[in-house]
Amino acid sequence: MSETVIELTVRNHPGVMSHITGLFARRAYNLEGILCGALPGGEHSRMYLLVTADQRLGLVMRNLEKLYDVLDVRLRDDCDGSAFAHLDELVAASSRRAA
Amino acid sequence: MKKTGAQIIVELLTRQGVKTIAGIPGGCNLPIYHALAESPIRHVLTRHEQGAGFLAQGMARITGKAAVCMATSGPGATNLITAIADAKLDSVPLVAITGQVSCDMIGADAFQEVDTYGLTLPITKHNFLVRHASELLTVIPEAFRIAQSGRPGPVAVDVTKNAQTETCEFTAWPEPGEADGNPECPRETLERMAARINEAKRPILYAGGGVCASGAAGLLRAVAEKASIPVVNTLMAMGCLPHGHPLNLGLLGMHGARHVNLAMEEADLIVALGARFDDRAIGKAAAFCPGADIIHVDIDRSELDKIMPGSISAAADAALTLAALLPLIKEDKRLAWNARLAAIRAENPVQYPNQLDMREPISVIRRIGALMPEDAIIATDVGQHQMWTAQVYPFARPGSFLTSGGLGTMGFGLPAAIGAALAAPSRPVICISGDGSIQMNIQELATLAETHANVKVVILNNGHLGLVRQQQELFYEGRYAASRFECRPDFAALARGYGLPGFDLGTSSDPEKILKAALTTPGPCIINAPIHPEVNVYPMVPPGAANSEMIGGKIHV
Repeated sequence: MSETVIELTVRNHPGVMSHITGLFARRAYNLEGILCGALPGGEHSRMYLLVTADQRLGLVMRNLEKLYDVLDVRLRDDCDGSAFAHLDELVAASSRRAA
Repeated sequence: MKKTGAQIIVELLTRQGVKTIAGIPGGCNLPIYHALAESPIRHVLTRHEQGAGFLAQGMARITGKAAVCMATSGPGATNLITAIADAKLDSVPLVAITGQVSCDMIGADAFQEVDTYGLTLPITKHNFLVRHASELLTVIPEAFRIAQSGRPGPVAVDVTKNAQTETCEFTAWPEPGEADGNPECPRETLERMAARINEAKRPILYAGGGVCASGAAGLLRAVAEKASIPVVNTLMAMGCLPHGHPLNLGLLGMHGARHVNLAMEEADLIVALGARFDDRAIGKAAAFCPGADIIHVDIDRSELDKIMPGSISAAADAALTLAALLPLIKEDKRLAWNARLAAIRAENPVQYPNQLDMREPISVIRRIGALMPEDAIIATDVGQHQMWTAQVYPFARPGSFLTSGGLGTMGFGLPAAIGAALAAPSRPVICISGDGSIQMNIQELATLAETHANVKVVILNNGHLGLVRQQQELFYEGRYAASRFECRPDFAALARGYGLPGFDLGTSSDPEKILKAALTTPGPCIINAPIHPEVNVYPMVPPGAANSEMIGGKIHV
């Protein structure tokens, strides 16, 4: 199954991350990776979600669109998840340290 | 202007047009109650916060406008949770305002502190945590807008105590929150839908709660009559066509009549309106209406293609869609299809028990239906009595059946009925309950006594958790684990204990006369109606099975 990236623009406040992750948990849809950072001005944040592109992807996107704090939802099928490469390196480094 | 947060809340609720609020005060919402006491808003004190949530639901389901319930922090908020979740699943507009410990105490495990924001997150349309009074000026109108827009639902507003007590200076009151305009069906989609409907030989209109919520029942009837298309309804759309209308097939699904589920098997087109293909309605999805194309209209885009892929679908309001569709639909008698449906019905007639036996639950419900006027509101709890009521009560109007459909919450009936009676004081309200369900919010008899709401509670009393007992009989080898009550309270005496008139059909020599007298006397009362404990709800589609695999309800069974 191929991986794809969902790009979100969200209101930046404590609690918004719970809304996003809570949705994935409720719909039993696995979230493979999250990158998040505040946009200039600090009012909004950009989130990149690495997910498996199965047949429920459209349903998850439509549910994300319904969230009050989510201002924009895009599928970044031009991304292959390489943005998460450094995350992989970090995970690998953590494993080495633990070993 | 300079106001405290509590004053801002109460003034904004007043400006919003809120007349009645249900709730219970406690440590962390006392400032709101202090301000509420000098406002024109009526407060109904329930005896449990869940009762307040359901009372507000009763008001909201009758008016279509968001109703308000209130609770304090901690246990007050957790007690509201079930009623909020119930409103989410049945798309009921609700604004739940809870008190929270002060900002500087959050996270300190303070007395009566619980993470209400976290707890309400998965069961609301949206939730807010208000840290400062100034936020209330946007949050309160926004809560009403969200609750009432599109597919309605509950919004939780958790207000810290410091936000209630601190003062805030501002120049003007914000406008009340109003529902956004509803989405229309695109013209091109409408034309494709109309063409598909016009060419269909065996179409069925499938009405869900959205038909009643959008006020589309009249338009549904117009479309059905113009093209002679029969209508089935989900539990949330009882009364969308009047009982006895020739095109009204009635309830489908787990406890739908045999002829209804069998008719669905032969359809070549299902037009689902304001419906979400719940498993209790459609049974095993893969086997639902095997020969039919599906047209799906729902205001919530995320319902489209969730369970049943639609060949044509639109995220649109049911009323706007039906209004635009009506002129595009061709007049058609559909004689062959309607003759075939009549034949299926004749081969599978609905079975009624002896109408003179007042220990037959269906006979009691039909008797109530015969005694009540067309504008009566019927609330139920959850269980066998709920399904019998849906099966046989002669609903004449949309929105007159209040029931916990999605969450299936026992204890819903009594407080929801009180809320309905307060919202529509000229209409009689009957709460049909069971001896299991009524005991889940029986403390609200005190609220009934205090409000003197015109609610008649009929308890169909079989001494069991009846629908559990039924499933144990059918699917668990008749091992009746924990489904029989040893303690059988005297409900008529209990009613009198709360200062309410109580009647018992079981000890009366003329139960019909007592029932009639009780139902036709204005004001609240409780009627205990003992029924045969072994009577089951039939037909029944076993959980997980296809709707065609019904148990019972056949002639000679």
